[in-house]
Amino acid sequence: MSSAKGNLSVSVWRGTGTQGRYQAFDVPEEDNQTILDIVSWIQQNLDPTLSYRFACRVGMCGSCAMMVNGKPRWTCRTHVRKVAENGRIEVGPLRNLPVVKDLATDMDPFFDKWVEAEGRFHPTRTRADPIETIDPESSSRKVADAGIECINCAVCFAACDTVTANSDYLGPAALNRAWTLLNDAKDGDRGGVLDAVSGSGGCHNCHSLGSCAAYCPNELSPITAIAGLKRETARSFFRKGR
Amino acid sequence: MMIRPHRNHPLWLAFFLHRVSGLALALFLPAHFYVLALALTAPQRLDGFLAWTSHPLVKIAEFGLVFLLAIHFFGGLRILALEFLPWSAPQKSLAAAAIAGAFFLSTTFFLQAV
Repeated sequence: MSSAKGNLSVSVWRGTGTQGRYQAFDVPEEDNQTILDIVSWIQQNLDPTLSYRFACRVGMCGSCAMMVNGKPRWTCRTHVRKVAENGRIEVGPLRNLPVVKDLATDMDPFFDKWVEAEGRFHPTRTRADPIETIDPESSSRKVADAGIECINCAVCFAACDTVTANSDYLGPAALNRAWTLLNDAKDGDRGGVLDAVSGSGGCHNCHSLGSCAAYCPNELSPITAIAGLKRETARSFFRKGR
Repeated sequence: MMIRPHRNHPLWLAFFLHRVSGLALALFLPAHFYVLALALTAPQRLDGFLAWTSHPLVKIAEFGLVFLLAIHFFGGLRILALEFLPWSAPQKSLAAAAIAGAFFLSTTFFLQAV
């Protein structure tokens, strides 16, 4: 099915921790080739020691995000022909996260902030209780639905300059998660979520740069979610003084 | 490259212009207050300064100052709307278009009056 057309000049980040450099590879160009295809081809044909992370290959698992020509992208759904610049592609590990090796980053800071933002569900009923009826057309449910398709790929986290500048900042994904919980009628700790997102690393650090929404592969808008948190925390402050 | 690839989108540019115009205005303000204070402390020097401001280059610089002020003012309104008004994207576009139209019309009248 595929036909070779020429070679792509691919630079791939190699190294562990803070040490490393870009290594050049020539990769044959194919039809409908993705960035993940290129990285896998290098690993299978040129250098089996290349480390990277992927699982589903269809944009569901959120594990294959990397920097491609300086922009964070989900590599399994990023086509080469859309991002190659004169046949050149530079692939690096995600920004704002420590590098484990080559293209694999340590995702712990990203998920730790998910927990810090009180991003877990706080149930109000047990399995013995009847299921709570939720109207899918209610305004709060629609707001929650707008943000729940996050796949935890950390593209927004890598795109955000506020995360770069402030290591305490919870980041767009964790705050987006907090916003969906705040609008979930079944969640039982609204006050806890508001407290978690209004601290020193909370939603008010956001400078509304908008890179999160510009690069989110699922076209979510964390900047809108964070603006919602800013409004709710301000409202809570003026009503209750906290 | 000054602007790194991941910053190459309109909202980042809007942030950058707002920040830079704010810094430039912050640098201008102390000079502005100093010159105003001359009205009380040294009226002759103020008159001399005002005569200097009729220089064409200063007039051009004043245009830049008004431009910075306009960018910072509308940038601030944009952030207030973005963060405190839960509007949809089309509503925001309409509001921006309405403000731009009103600004264009009022500036046209203002320029005719000058």
